[in-house]
Amino acid sequence: MSQRQVLQVFEQYQKARTQFVQMVAELATRPQNIETLQNAGVMSLLRPLLLDVVPTIQQTAALALGRLANYNDDLAEAVVKGDILPQLVYSLAEQNRFYKKAAAFVLRAVGKHSPQLAQAIVDCGALDTLVICLEDFDPGVKEAAAWALGYIARHNAELSQAVVDAGAVPLLVLCIQEPEIALKRIAASALSDISKHSPELAQTVVDAGAIAHLAQMILNPDSKLKRQVLSALSQIAKHSVDLAEMVVEAEIFPVVLTCLKDKDEYVKKNASTLIREIAKHTPELSQLIVNAGGVAAVIDCIGSCKGNIRLPGIMMLGYVAAHSENLAMAVIISKGVPQLSVCLSEEPEDHIKAAAAWALGQIGRHTPEHARAVAVTNTLPVLLSLYMSTESSEDLQVKSKKAIKSILQKCTYLPALEPFLYDAPPNILKHVVGQFSKVLFPWIFRYTSAESGQLSTTYSLSKVLFSYSNSQWSIYE
Amino acid sequence: MATLVRLQARSKFVAQQYYFRNSVVDIFRKKEYDAAVKIQSWFRGCQVRAYIRNLHRVATIIQKWWRSYSGRQEYQLIVKFASCAMKMNLYNAMAVRIQRRWRGYRIRKYCFNYFYLKEYLKAVSETNDAIREALEEFAEMKEREEKKADLEREEKKRDYQARKTHYLLSTKQIPGIYNSPFRKDPDPWELRLQKAKPLTYQRSKVKQKRCISLSSWLACTSARSFPRSEILPPIDRKQCQGPFRDITEVLEQRYKPLEPTLWVAEPISELKVAREEFRRQEWMRDVNDNMISKLYYHHLISSQSTENYIQKLDKLSKVTFIFPGRRVPLRI
Repeated sequence: MSQRQVLQVFEQYQKARTQFVQMVAELATRPQNIETLQNAGVMSLLRPLLLDVVPTIQQTAALALGRLANYNDDLAEAVVKGDILPQLVYSLAEQNRFYKKAAAFVLRAVGKHSPQLAQAIVDCGALDTLVICLEDFDPGVKEAAAWALGYIARHNAELSQAVVDAGAVPLLVLCIQEPEIALKRIAASALSDISKHSPELAQTVVDAGAIAHLAQMILNPDSKLKRQVLSALSQIAKHSVDLAEMVVEAEIFPVVLTCLKDKDEYVKKNASTLIREIAKHTPELSQLIVNAGGVAAVIDCIGSCKGNIRLPGIMMLGYVAAHSENLAMAVIISKGVPQLSVCLSEEPEDHIKAAAAWALGQIGRHTPEHARAVAVTNTLPVLLSLYMSTESSEDLQVKSKKAIKSILQKCTYLPALEPFLYDAPPNILKHVVGQFSKVLFPWIFRYTSAESGQLSTTYSLSKVLFSYSNSQWSIYE
Repeated sequence: MATLVRLQARSKFVAQQYYFRNSVVDIFRKKEYDAAVKIQSWFRGCQVRAYIRNLHRVATIIQKWWRSYSGRQEYQLIVKFASCAMKMNLYNAMAVRIQRRWRGYRIRKYCFNYFYLKEYLKAVSETNDAIREALEEFAEMKEREEKKADLEREEKKRDYQARKTHYLLSTKQIPGIYNSPFRKDPDPWELRLQKAKPLTYQRSKVKQKRCISLSSWLACTSARSFPRSEILPPIDRKQCQGPFRDITEVLEQRYKPLEPTLWVAEPISELKVAREEFRRQEWMRDVNDNMISKLYYHHLISSQSTENYIQKLDKLSKVTFIFPGRRVPLRI
């Protein structure tokens, strides 16, 4: 046979291989095909194709493997068990950029399902190669590597620490400064996943100088990028006062308040999460937020969303009001209480109602003025009904009871207390009676004449009321 | 005897009289006795009453004096206590005044300033209003920008459409579909078609450059998602070096014109090279020239800059004897 005919055989084989692997990659995009593919034993067929001579076949095989592993964790485990990872990691270091993208995609698809799989990826030494990929000049490769690292670091603190030890953080901070939006998104998301586990990891991220760049990117018009940036900043700020102060020093206020008006719901949610994480640490930080007008912006944001998006905003109001009575008064004059009572009444979910009840309790517990401001909006009957209703969850009942107690102990606004006299249970009634006696005793004293007989009866009546309420307290407490 | 009889007749009468007089006296005796008793008792009573009256008068005087004395004592005590109490009240009132002022001052200065709080709350509410306004404006601006961007996109799409369907424009002979003769004025599309520049095939191909982002690349399922060649690469070709870049980039790199820096542009053996150059020129010329033209040439050279002159002189000095094909440098 001539040489040409011999070579034709080889060409046919190559064409067949290419077609097979491209079809498998295409089929793997549809979920209904994947079961069939798995039963047909596609893993064992794809594995040798990863070592193929032709680069295109290698790349397409890696792509197909990635799509399969992305689908569910059984397939990802099969990828791990089939010893494919070391080969991938080895060739990741040497091949061209398309192969690197595909291999990083496989690593990401495997690592996203569970901590054990991510640990398997770390154990075969993929982290160093991924970090080398982060230095590649092609932005697609960087994006794929950053994505894989982010998914690995998401699971727990040890994996995050492993990613940090591989030296990923400075490179991720460099990636954030790149001009491509997709790369920025993924790098911000990876930094957020790294810093969410512990204060030390967050400190590592801050030491690499991430905060300044993240703060600059808040102004970027792309919504998905803003989501990730705000999430990263809130994960950094949540751990300690120093980190929160560092985030604030990056001059995010009042720019972050514009994000509260964004069209995208998750941008609003992440922005209010960030403000909440900053406000919860100390009264000074809360004061800073109040001085910058943050409370009004958050209240407007609460008014414009529904459901879970509102929750961080509600909690932020609660945290601000909890620190001191001046801040609670600031929340009241920013018209926070009507908004919170609207949330309390109209939200269907119990955990959001519980948060609103807690926030109202924190606002109303300081002085009679505060309690009056809460009572005037007619929220106390709502809270009482939530406490008494059997459908409310345990958490909601506990929180509404605490809120009612703390508000009632300071409330001297009698029109709001009157409904309680009729339908409150005994343990709340004692507080109501106590408050009545506190308010009415000086009135009784003043308006009866100073004859000794009448005086003594009124005096003893009030004493009875007092002692009744106190004794009931002691019995029930 | 007469007297006796008379006396005896009277004796009964006397006895009667004696009895009656005694018994009458008895009656009177009782009466008199009672009267005497009454008188005596009255008198005695008057006596006793007078005595008691006297006693009363005396006792009153004594009691009066005693009571006034003890009342005065009490009164003095009361006055003393009242004056003490008044003084204490005065001191208390003074102390309360001082303490009131001091406490108010202390709280206002060191603990809590009500007016400052009021001002602060007012400032907070003003800031809130300002922020709310600013955010409203920001949201409106965003809306406007979005609308504008939408409109622009629409406009671009329509423009592109017009450019693609340029052939539907009406000509002098045939009115186009948008320019029906039954209409009063032509359809706006007609005007747009008139304004649009026709689209050429080449340009449209260049415009559809695919943007390379990872997720779109991975989700792209077509078999063309990898850069492929029309024919498969030959089996015995050895591995290409380096990463596969875009071919235009590669050619650009390969045939980039040389732009050396100034330092590189001048060779360090500039002098030597210049001399060589000159010598070559000379040799070329000297085949046909005679001495006179050489002298003329030398004159020409000497009129140039000194350095050049020196250079050329140096070269000239080296050239004295000319043998065809050979040069013998003469040392000076």
